[in-house]
Order: sequence, then C-alpha cells, then structure tokens
Amino acid sequence: MGELLAGNSIYRNVYIWVEGLLPTGWQWVAYFVAGFTIMFLLLNAFLVLTMVYTYMERRVLGRFQGRLGPNRVGPFGILQPVADAIKLLTKEDIVPAVADRWVFNLAPVVFFVPTVLVLGVVPFGQNSFLADLNVGILYVLALSSVSTLAVFMAGWASANRFALFGSMRAVATLISYELPVLLSMGGVLMLVGSMSLVRIVEGQRIPFLLLQPLAFLVFLAGISAELNRAPFDMVEAESELVSGFNTEYSGMKYGLFALAEFGNVLVAGAIMSVVFLKGWEGPVLPSHLWFLLKVFFFAFIFVWVRATLPRLRIDQMMGFAWKFLFPLSLVNLVVTGAEVAVWPEATTAQLWVMAVINWVVAIVGVVVFSRLVRQRPTQPEVRVFSSAAPSGAR
Amino acid sequence: MGTLFQEIAFWVVTVVAVGAALLVVTVRDVFRAALFLVVAFLGVAGLFVLLNAEFLAVVQVLIYAGAISILIIFAIMLTQDVQRGNSPTALRPLALTASALLLAAFVYTIVQTDWRLLEETPLAAATAQGVTQVWQDTPRWLGGLLMREFLLPFEAAAVLLLAAVVGALVLVRER
Repeated sequence: MGELLAGNSIYRNVYIWVEGLLPTGWQWVAYFVAGFTIMFLLLNAFLVLTMVYTYMERRVLGRFQGRLGPNRVGPFGILQPVADAIKLLTKEDIVPAVADRWVFNLAPVVFFVPTVLVLGVVPFGQNSFLADLNVGILYVLALSSVSTLAVFMAGWASANRFALFGSMRAVATLISYELPVLLSMGGVLMLVGSMSLVRIVEGQRIPFLLLQPLAFLVFLAGISAELNRAPFDMVEAESELVSGFNTEYSGMKYGLFALAEFGNVLVAGAIMSVVFLKGWEGPVLPSHLWFLLKVFFFAFIFVWVRATLPRLRIDQMMGFAWKFLFPLSLVNLVVTGAEVAVWPEATTAQLWVMAVINWVVAIVGVVVFSRLVRQRPTQPEVRVFSSAAPSGAR
Repeated sequence: MGTLFQEIAFWVVTVVAVGAALLVVTVRDVFRAALFLVVAFLGVAGLFVLLNAEFLAVVQVLIYAGAISILIIFAIMLTQDVQRGNSPTALRPLALTASALLLAAFVYTIVQTDWRLLEETPLAAATAQGVTQVWQDTPRWLGGLLMREFLLPFEAAAVLLLAAVVGALVLVRER
C-alpha cells in the first residue's frame, strides 16, 4: 500500500510532515493522517466541482435554448446548487409501502460508490493520484458497469412499473454499449502497451484524440449511453417514463442519484482527458489546472450534445450500438493492430502517418456505416379502433 | 505493519464473501439472493486483490459482478411467480449429490496443492526476478500466454462462444 502511494506528492509531503512531529514507533499515525487528508481533499474537491458543474450545465443549456437558466440565487445564480442541496436535504423522505425497503434504501448508495471508487485511479496532475494500478483503465470500465446493478435495484425495489421499465432499458443499454466502449479502448492499449492511466498519459506523444479519432467517437457515444446522458437517456425519458428508475425516490436519496449522475459526467470527462488528451500535460499552466480545464472541456461537449440532439427511440438506440458503434470499434481495433504490427517502435513522424491513416479510416467508416444504419421509411401501421364495435364483442 | 492490515482486510473480505454466499442459498427472495451473489463475487474479487492478482480481481468485477449478475437478475424478472420464492422440489437429492461431489473435488484440490509462500520457497535468482516482472505487469504476461502458448484453447473458446451466439440468433429468429 505504501509503495502504491509513494508516487503521490501531496501524500508524501503530508506523510513526511506528520512523521517529523511524531515519536518513533508511531509512523502508522502519519500513514493514516496522510491517507485521510488526501481522500478528504479528493472527495470534497469532487463534490464542489460537481456542484459547479450542475450550475454550468443549467446555465449553458439555458444559453443553447435561448433562455437564462438559474439566475436568482446569489450573483448570476451561482448559489443555485447550494439552494438545491438544502431543498433536497429538507424534503420528506418517502418510501413506498410495497417497496422492498432494504434494496430501495441501498440502491442510491450502490449507485454512488463506483463513482467515488473510480476517482482513486485518476491522475489529477503530475504525481497526483491515489493509486497507479497496472490495470487502471479496466478497473474504471469494470466499476462503471456496477452502477447498472444499482439502477436495477432501484427499479425493482420501487414496485413501480415506470421504474421497472427504466431499469429494463438500462440493462438493454448496458449489454449493447459495454462492448463498443471496451473495444474502443483496445486500440489505445495497443499503442501504449499498458493499462495504467499514468502510463497512458506519459505514452502519448501526440494526443490520442488525433491518433485514435474512431476510438474517441465510439467511446464518447458509448459512455454517454452508459451514463444515461441525452440523447441516450432512455432510462429516465421523462416524456415516456415519468422519471424512469428513480421515479419513487425523494429527498436526499434522489439527491444521491442526481449527484452521482452529474459527478459521473466529470469522471467520464477525466477519463477521456487522460486517455485522449494527454491528461495533466500542457504548457505554461500548472498540471492540475490543465487537467481541470480538459475535464470541463469534455463536460461542455456532453452539454453541447444534450442541447443539440433529440432523444433516440429504444430500437434506434440498439441499432446504433450494434450496427454502427460495434463494427466501427472492430475496424479501429484491426487497423490499429496492423499499424502497431508494422511499426512496433513508432517514431513521432510515423505516429503522424498513423494519425492520417486513422482519420481517413474514421471518415470512410462513419460514412459507410451510417448508410447501413439509415432507416428506410416504412409504412406506419394503422390501427383503426372503431367506436361502433359490434355489441357482441364486448 | 503492512501484514497486520492485510490480515484485517483478509478476514473482513472472507467473512463478507462467505456470509454472502451462505445468504445466497438461505434467503427465500430470489432477487435478494441474486444481490447477495453479487456481494459474494465482490468478496472473491477482494481476495484476488489480496493475492496481488489485480487483473483477475478487475475481470471478476467486470464479468461476474457487472455482466453475469445482471443477466441472472434479468432472468429472474422474466420468471413467473418470483415473489413466492424458491419452493423445495423433487430435484433436491440430485442437487445435493452434485454439490457434494463438487465440494469433494474442491477439498481434494486444496489438500493436494503446494501452498508454500513465495518467500519460503527456494527459487533460482532468475526465476525470482521473472516472478517480480510478472507481478509488475500482469496483463501483458497474461496476454502473451493467451496469444502464444494457449492460442488453440483460446480460439476454441472463441468458436464456442460464436456458436452460442449463432444458436441464440436461430432460436429467436422469426418464422
């Protein structure tokens, strides 16, 4: 455990400082204090940034839709997230009488925990991470599939049909989109030769956004679906399912769902900036600031997509995953594999050649497969419900 | 000091895993049983972490806790009268025999295995170095083994899965 954290500069500084104050034989106190400090900082920074992000999302969405967004609480409405939090905390907590109480109460926690756990492997800046796992990226993807279980628990325990429909859609989504997301990471892993997020950042001589455009596209679409972001938010489509799997939740339990959903956007942004945009690396500004800027850049893309595209139908959504994203991720895997086989130790010039090839493949692939997905207009099925039904039929 | 924490972690993880596994077979509500199964899977993943097998732990979470359990729960939702729970059936003696045989196989394997710790085992310097290298980057070595030494079983598994997919497609195809 100690070696895992040794690369973390904040941890090391706190550890050394506390250890200097203590008599010998009490090093474990320093270990705990340092560990607690860094987790405290990380969690609170995450929660505060999530609040900032909810404000940003609502204001930016307002801009996109030609309205103001929240602007009443505090200057420019900046205190709106605080007001929301107070409102959620003071609301009555209602559990349906027929609900499975234990599962119902546990679901929001299970939904929130993976989000926090993922933070543990994200490198926030130079020498700033909780743990540098050698299976980092796989760990992130594995945890992201656990939250679907929570959606299922919530939908089942609520004993509400809309909630159950939302959960069923969540499962259909997960099964379809898990595959392209995992496969899109394959190309990146082949180029870097490691799953550690730190090594992925250090292994990017040119950002993978340029080198792996197809992987980025597939990952962005797939992760939007897994996070229930528009245009893939079938799980809680409010025009069809009231609020989907969290229909029966109120008060802070609902708040936990909402917090995890907004927080997940930031986590996804963090993963994408690590994998596709060189993580913390950048000129002039300090590394942590660069990382934050990149995370919010990706968060902005999520909001942009949400504001621009209408929601898909459930069958379109399945078709999009299986007929579009899945073959494209396979194409990317094969092309990248061939490139890595030809240039095992690529120079920067060869990497740029790879990038050009990949962009051509990406554009051709998207055009070809979008033609395949395009739906032919079908004759709508017309059912006539005659009001003058024969009396014998009733 | 590290060993003390490892000891505590081991006992916590073991109690959780075994307790959850017991609850899977004793709880009457099938849905809750499936949820306890997930907890048991996570406990096993914890054991893998304690054994320095991080890759196995993550794959355990990804495949078992993330995918298999979801499919099990999906199957439960499609089952009729699920609220009534599990009732005893005529298959009980058969199931008991099968699980007894499985237990015997496990116990035999556990007794037969050489469980000496790595530190206590005399190793050639080159071998010890090799072990350390493998630990530092397990996925790379696993990938190498699957793609070179065990390519045939790997491909056979792939063909089997493909056959399963095609079979499922044939089953659900209309007409």
